[in-house]
Amino acid sequence: MEIKYWNKEFETLDKQSLKKLQLARLKETVSHALRTPFYKARLKKAGINGPEDIKTLDDLKKIPFTTKDDLRECYPNGLLSVPLDEVVRIHTSSGTTGTPTVIYHTGEDIDHWTDLVARSITATGAGKSDVFQNMMSYGMFTGGLGLHYGAERVGMTVIPIGGGNTKRQIQLMRDFKTTVLHLTPSYMLHIHSKIGECGFSVKSLNLKKAYLGAEPYSENTRGKVEDLFGIDVYNSYGLSEMNGPGVAFECVHKCGMHTWEDAYILEINDPKTREDLGAEKEGEIVFTTLTRKATPLLRYRTRDLAFVHKGECKCKRAHRRLSRLTGRTDDMLIVNGVNVYPSQIEEVIMRIPQVGNNYQIYLEKEGTLDKLIVKVEIYSKMFGGDLGEIEALKEKVKIELRAAIVINAAIELHEPGVLPVFEGKAKRVVDTRQKL
Amino acid sequence: MKLTQISVFLENKQGRLYEVCALLGKNKINIRALTIAESEEFGILRIVVDKPDAAMRVLKKNGFVANLTDIVAVEVNDHPGGLAGILKVLCANNVNVEYMYGFVEHSSDNALLVFRFEDINKAIKVLSKYKIGIVGKKDLVNL
Repeated sequence: MEIKYWNKEFETLDKQSLKKLQLARLKETVSHALRTPFYKARLKKAGINGPEDIKTLDDLKKIPFTTKDDLRECYPNGLLSVPLDEVVRIHTSSGTTGTPTVIYHTGEDIDHWTDLVARSITATGAGKSDVFQNMMSYGMFTGGLGLHYGAERVGMTVIPIGGGNTKRQIQLMRDFKTTVLHLTPSYMLHIHSKIGECGFSVKSLNLKKAYLGAEPYSENTRGKVEDLFGIDVYNSYGLSEMNGPGVAFECVHKCGMHTWEDAYILEINDPKTREDLGAEKEGEIVFTTLTRKATPLLRYRTRDLAFVHKGECKCKRAHRRLSRLTGRTDDMLIVNGVNVYPSQIEEVIMRIPQVGNNYQIYLEKEGTLDKLIVKVEIYSKMFGGDLGEIEALKEKVKIELRAAIVINAAIELHEPGVLPVFEGKAKRVVDTRQKL
Repeated sequence: MKLTQISVFLENKQGRLYEVCALLGKNKINIRALTIAESEEFGILRIVVDKPDAAMRVLKKNGFVANLTDIVAVEVNDHPGGLAGILKVLCANNVNVEYMYGFVEHSSDNALLVFRFEDINKAIKVLSKYKIGIVGKKDLVNL
């Protein structure tokens, strides 16, 4: 199999050189981080007053972890390490309890990120002769813009359609002979069920590859999609705190996602003991950015669980390979590729006086797509006896939830005392979805 | 004269309507008129009973979501055009009906019409002016 590189020098660095590069870049990142009030205080406490206090990569362990809560507390600009003049873009993601997290990018940061995505696309064997239909959402969600920039840099013909509108997606795939898709696995399966309805067959399309991400899925699902469409499927991993997509991506060998270790330090951490784990042991993914100036993050705990594959990849890239995600350390839900915390739903319910404080989050499959149902109880004292009023209340809950979690939920109103009463948040979630 | 209607919020669940009716029956509360407004997953049961205060107490005590609404009940001769006659008067006097429901009485030749008006006081004034028989609380027991 022909191996294509985007940036051969950095992709094929030997282990020693990679470590040397990481150390140099870590020092730089620490000095950037020290310009933010948050890290200045935190690093000082840990005895790090300047990059000279980082002598070896082992010194990374002296640096305390950064959590999503830290990011929330720093909202909006506590982690900005350059003057705003140098910032060219802001991405925010939903916070666990309403406060979002924000990542700033300088022009150079975007450039680095774009290059990592271009590298990822190239590693899958795609190139400038491909037509790339980007079916991930654009906007604040990094999945759309991230791949878009990288694909343009590679020179692909990009169709920036974003998510949704299945019939139009299929029409465009046919009309422009799309070869590469980027979307969630559940949407990919949904597309398959709709191709026939549009009067086309899978064979009439020119699809060759799909990048599936933003949702966990299994090897079985990969196999199923590959068989259904007659294409190659590549797994993709990223998170907005680490720019977005292009953090780890599979190469043509499809044996785990190469984590671009010249741009990120990857640690796999025992969630309980915080011990660094070796290959093939499942733990929490912890990342340190190495090339981002505007928002450097040190030892960021992703709450994603995975492990690192053992051994070398046939593609000769030294960058270690990350497994499929095996779970989360928190109660985050992934609904059609969108991250949702039960606490965000709870917060919305708590501020609507017409519904009681008890609620239940129900997840099920509608075809291959996820359906989120939020069950709430009507608050007796607010009941006015009017049907229209209750329909309006349902609509209000739906609209407020949509504003908070960017998903359309189905709202079910119940009589008080019907829903089970729980202490913990997690138990309020009933997930009947079959794993992809 | 205003009467009280009880609205009960009910989930669409098997046996739920039975439970309300059984509860009222056990407490010797008689339903004089009834209607259900429904959506896909829930309904609102609207009833006019002989003892609204007692009914409310029992319902609340048993965990039902219920509320009281002022309505006007009118007796009309049970013949073709009876309801139209009343509506014509209401219409001519700009009295808006939010909803209504009707029953045929078995003890007389009359029909009982229950109205929820946008402006109940204006409605009573108009109905009285046109000498349309409004049902009082006592009448309700003897219907």
